[in-house]
Amino acid sequence: MKPEFLTVSNLSISFGGIKALQDISFSMEKGEIFSVIGPNGAGKTTLFNCISGLYKPDEGSIRFKETAVEKKKPDAIARLGVARTFQNIELFSHMNTMENIMLGRHIHMKTGLFRGMGMWGKSTFAAKEEILHREKVEQIIDFLELQQVRDIPVGALPYGTQKLIELARALALEPDLLLLDEPCAGMNQEEKQDMIFWIKDIQDDLGVTILLIEHDMKLVMDISDRVLAINFGKSVTLGTPGEVQQNKEVRKAYIGEEDQDGISAVG
Amino acid sequence: MDMKRTYYEDVQLVTSPVVLFWLALLFVFLVVFPFVVGNYYVYVANYIAINIIVAAGLNLLVGYTGQISLGHAGFFAIGAYGTVILMAKAGLPFLLALPCSALVAAGFGFLLGLPALRLEGPYLSIATLGFGLTITQIIGRIELFGGREGLHAPDIVIGSWIINTDRQFYFLLVFITIVLLTGMRNLIRTRVGRAFIAIRDADIAAQTMGVNIVFYKTLAFAVSAFYAGIGGGLYAFVLKFIEPEIFTLMMSIMFLAMVVVGGQGSLMGPVVGAGLLCWLDLKLRNILDIPFLGDWLEALSRSWFSITGVSNIQYIVFGSIMVAIMLFEPLGLYGVWLRTKRYWRTWPF
Ligand SMILES: Nc1ncnc2c1ncn2[C@@H]1O[C@H](COP(=O)(O)OP(=O)(O)O)[C@@H](O)[C@H]1O
Ligand SMILES: [Mg+2]
Repeated sequence: MKPEFLTVSNLSISFGGIKALQDISFSMEKGEIFSVIGPNGAGKTTLFNCISGLYKPDEGSIRFKETAVEKKKPDAIARLGVARTFQNIELFSHMNTMENIMLGRHIHMKTGLFRGMGMWGKSTFAAKEEILHREKVEQIIDFLELQQVRDIPVGALPYGTQKLIELARALALEPDLLLLDEPCAGMNQEEKQDMIFWIKDIQDDLGVTILLIEHDMKLVMDISDRVLAINFGKSVTLGTPGEVQQNKEVRKAYIGEEDQDGISAVG
Repeated sequence: MDMKRTYYEDVQLVTSPVVLFWLALLFVFLVVFPFVVGNYYVYVANYIAINIIVAAGLNLLVGYTGQISLGHAGFFAIGAYGTVILMAKAGLPFLLALPCSALVAAGFGFLLGLPALRLEGPYLSIATLGFGLTITQIIGRIELFGGREGLHAPDIVIGSWIINTDRQFYFLLVFITIVLLTGMRNLIRTRVGRAFIAIRDADIAAQTMGVNIVFYKTLAFAVSAFYAGIGGGLYAFVLKFIEPEIFTLMMSIMFLAMVVVGGQGSLMGPVVGAGLLCWLDLKLRNILDIPFLGDWLEALSRSWFSITGVSNIQYIVFGSIMVAIMLFEPLGLYGVWLRTKRYWRTWPF
């Protein structure tokens, strides 16, 4: 049997009267791209928030690499190797691109208060560590072709670029599990193509397991190994892209009857 | 971009010969200054240096971490009383008493930071305000601290160097200020400082990137209180005598004003803010001595504000200047600097 990677069991959470997630269960294998689809308000982002520790589920459990994480704090979960991006961009708007991505190195660095204040020259611990990790970040900048915006405060950059910087920051954490919440939202066709290419590379070359939320069905069907469809917080179906596309409820609830042509084109 | 770029460029202090030149010039100025001006201006410089230290520390909390404190006079008082008592009653040398009492202030900062985790904005302001007021009340009631009578500061002795003039104290202050400001700058450029800024800009993202915000928010309080404690410890020797009434709410507010007027979240902001506000504060006390303007203000004050009290006019002018700065440049004086720099960079096009 393969070692356990991510297992979500009977997860439920509600806000006031809204049952955002009800009895969601699935498990991910190391190395796969696993997508979650569902209409707006289905509970996809809520699922991410539970996994990354921002929300504490009412019931159920989440196990990541044999550790129960449902009660852990977000920073503890990050240290276990989980990184994410946000549907609504959450960058450090006054920092430049390099500094934003450097924050992704936080858990791998050691400089604390005293060694930080004591960066009095190139040979101090803090300076050496800065240099080392900036080199690593530069590799990510090269990978995602962000050289042009390296030293620009991110608040001033276009939306698509900001999405990329969020991805870069998440990669800097060197995660085992990467959660991508609608990484292509608001991007044009060309930007989307690049993003698909990068996500594939992240899976293949970096060996990162990816949990993906995406509305673009073609994109999802192209790159996912497995797909989970949810609606109104409940699991609708789980399977390979082909299987999920055949599901009646998915067609009805998510894609809508009027989009039939679109589906056959995809399939 | 050259291929052999060294990443130390990004974080080093002296980035170009131009910067080196200005730093050298500043250094020469600081050394020559106390010999060319009168004793009063040396005293003013000392007063400003102390406020720069406190403002820089408060800026870490307000400008970089996005929290607030209306209680920094409390940490300032702890530093002042701590240093004097450790020297006078426990016989500790100044160089030990000062950091020790600042550490005590940092400890209180940490404790205040804990409830601060659950509070934001106006609630945090009130909690810190309560702290500042309580500290002076407690100090005023304890016999060891001299109660309402206050305490005299002993002479500072460092090795065989006895500091008993403003000029001698000036050099000690300049040294401490430079060390603390450079330390602050280094902190901001490295891992911990980035975590502070990240919490301010997007605390959720910071957490999911592995930043423990409980730890860093309380750490920011502690470091900020440490700077205030150092400032207070030094201030005791400017005044030579301390009593609880010195450490008022007004003082806390002035510290905050220095940060905001100077430009929060920038390294030079609190330096400029502290310099300007201290200078204004001292100068405006004598505003009525200025020819014409003084007479006019006195007439204005007598006819509009109060018959006896011309004293309030200084605060009215002071307040107006602050309002004007905030209206025209919400980023504070640092914003003015940024715009000037941009202007000259593109000049004359
Ligand atoms: N913090 C919250 N407080 C209240 N309601 C929430 C909260 N987070 C999510 N919800 C609700 O949960 C439901 C699912 O939201 P979400 O997970 O964002 O959906 P989506 O699938 O579009 O990402 C929505 O009805 C939303 O209003
Ligand atoms: Mg969502």
